[in-house]
Amino acid sequence: MSTLAEPLAAPSEPTTVELTYREAINAALEDEMAADEAVVLMGEDVSADGGVFKTNHGLVEQFGPSRVRNTPICENGFMGVALGMSLTGLRPVVEIMFADFLPTAGDAIVNQLPKYRYMSGGQFSVPVTVRSISGALGRFGTQHSATGESWFMSLPGLRVVTASSPGAAYELLRSAIHDDNPVIFHEHKALYGRKGTVRRGAIADLGKAAVLREGSDVTIVATLLMVERALKAADQLAADGISTEVIDLRWIRPLDLATIAASVSKTGRLVVSEEQVHAGGWGATIISELTMAGQSWHAAPRAVSLPADLPIPYSPPLENEIIPSVERIAAAARTALGR
Amino acid sequence: MSDPLSPDHVAWFRKMLEIRLFEEKVQELFMQGAIQGTTHLCQGQEAVSVGAIGAMRPGDVQTNTYRGHGEALALGMAPETAFAELMGRSSGCSGGVGGSMHLIDVSKGNIGANAIVGAGLPIAVGAAVAFQIRQQPHVALSFFGDGATNIGTFHEALNMAAVWTAPVVFIITNNLYGEYSPLRSTTPLDDLARRAGPYGFPGVIVDGQDVDAVHGATSDAVERARRGEGPTLLEMKTYRYRGHSRADPAKYRPEGELERWTSRDPIELLGARLAADGRVSPDDQAAMRAEVQAEIDAAADRAVQSPYPTLEETERYVYAG
Ligand SMILES: Cc1ncc(C[n+]2csc(CCOP(=O)(O)OP(=O)(O)O)c2C)c(N)n1
Ligand SMILES: [Mg+2]
Repeated sequence: MSTLAEPLAAPSEPTTVELTYREAINAALEDEMAADEAVVLMGEDVSADGGVFKTNHGLVEQFGPSRVRNTPICENGFMGVALGMSLTGLRPVVEIMFADFLPTAGDAIVNQLPKYRYMSGGQFSVPVTVRSISGALGRFGTQHSATGESWFMSLPGLRVVTASSPGAAYELLRSAIHDDNPVIFHEHKALYGRKGTVRRGAIADLGKAAVLREGSDVTIVATLLMVERALKAADQLAADGISTEVIDLRWIRPLDLATIAASVSKTGRLVVSEEQVHAGGWGATIISELTMAGQSWHAAPRAVSLPADLPIPYSPPLENEIIPSVERIAAAARTALGR
Repeated sequence: MSDPLSPDHVAWFRKMLEIRLFEEKVQELFMQGAIQGTTHLCQGQEAVSVGAIGAMRPGDVQTNTYRGHGEALALGMAPETAFAELMGRSSGCSGGVGGSMHLIDVSKGNIGANAIVGAGLPIAVGAAVAFQIRQQPHVALSFFGDGATNIGTFHEALNMAAVWTAPVVFIITNNLYGEYSPLRSTTPLDDLARRAGPYGFPGVIVDGQDVDAVHGATSDAVERARRGEGPTLLEMKTYRYRGHSRADPAKYRPEGELERWTSRDPIELLGARLAADGRVSPDDQAAMRAEVQAEIDAAADRAVQSPYPTLEETERYVYAG
């Protein structure tokens, strides 16, 4: 079995590069596959012309079709295969072309990956990373637009992580692959072309949220595409003299409640900005956990989310309308401040 | 088999033209941004949609896929309604919330166009079993791709249909690719009809470019199902001329493959027969094509005039009652 102690191909001192989100994912895959022969990539058309979302350029050329493996269309089947691989020494990365197909692999994700170690009394570890291509605004219609980010957040044994920028994508994907547990890694399809700074060679801390902007009046917690919108909202609010702290939640399981509690203890106001229905998600859980822990609020926490009772529509203006906008996020913060 | 001089031939020819020109127009509208997101076009596969749907009778139903414009039009959806759906307008078949992958019209027996590979098969089995339970003489058809024969629901649906002798016809539109993957890279067979064997019912290979062959084989299967003799798996050998979806230039296809298939174009094959037996001369065929083109253009022009829905108006689609 490979170990994390093996040297990495990526520079030991991180070097700073400008990459797109897509390239950052590619770089993380390349660095992990170069460092550890146990890492394999698998999924539908992962090696065909760089993959469906072009995240896998060059990998099959570099690592060969045995380690960059196209599968038939059978998510539950190949997720089970990944589990079997992980039990016998590999560290598979499974690409799920749209988050909406995670439930097609539902048995493997719910009943197998998170429980396998537990039900063996700890005999196994299950180092499987599931790359889920997530999110709306692609005009892909109601069966291809979910983030799915909170669907599996209640499963002990599993981890769930989200990437909001190129730098986060690189470091978090590496962190997911290094972890000895099953991790669902969500990448947002509307972010692939975004450019940003990547510390190549760095790896993110497991379970740590990132405070992207410090502020004292209100805290906004967001994931995925909502993070850049929250940052833009913070700019708008700053013009009105409101000081906003923006937290990229990153890990949905485990939730970094300590970082959020520290922020809210300072600001007393919380807005969760989610590309999902609020009920049953990380935003509701954060508010519940903080409240139960005795958090005191200056104002009731607020959520900017998808409508509770609408699936995501195809019709482009309707799709735009339901995804929380910069303006709606800023308005929620203002409401929390009574402004 | 249908009578080779059946009057249906002219209607089928026209319908195949309608599907072809509809798809070409979709491509054009996509390039102009009037249709967004993704589209999965079916140029080259028209004989499968038209021939098989032609074997259905009133009360029969079918499920299809994201590549389902051909079936929707063959079932009689007006091009304007289909365009409006693709443009996200409220006059679309699904009020604009479905889009290109979900051209659905229950009033025409079109009970689903699914974007999840393999999801339509058990739904068709369910419809078929309901017909059985209610003792209705109807049949359910399910259209899906070659790639879908590798997902669990394919095998689960075939098994259930077999043990319950369900009146269902499974139709594989074998266009040789599942997304960018050639059939043989994901599937250990060339002839997918053989997958029926282990489930104990007939699997039939059909020339999917020949609308008569499609219609004949489907009619046999549909009537067998209607007689209570159970399911059939039909494998339509065909080809999609375009890439998998709008983003796909289909560079993975070997040189000459597309040309081999276009040389047996389903519309041209039927057109040649209609000309040879003197029923529709080449000039009349050209006139018909121009007429259909004008209808398609007018339908798209009207569809674009339709308003977008409001979110409130879509709320009633969420829960019944
Ligand atoms: C469960 C599921 N997995 C993956 C996909 C993505 N996907 C859409 S179409 C397709 C290929 C299907 O190929 P085939 O069944 O041959 O149908 P065709 O597209 O050729 O009509 C794939 C993998 C999906 N929609 N659903
Ligand atoms: Mg196919």
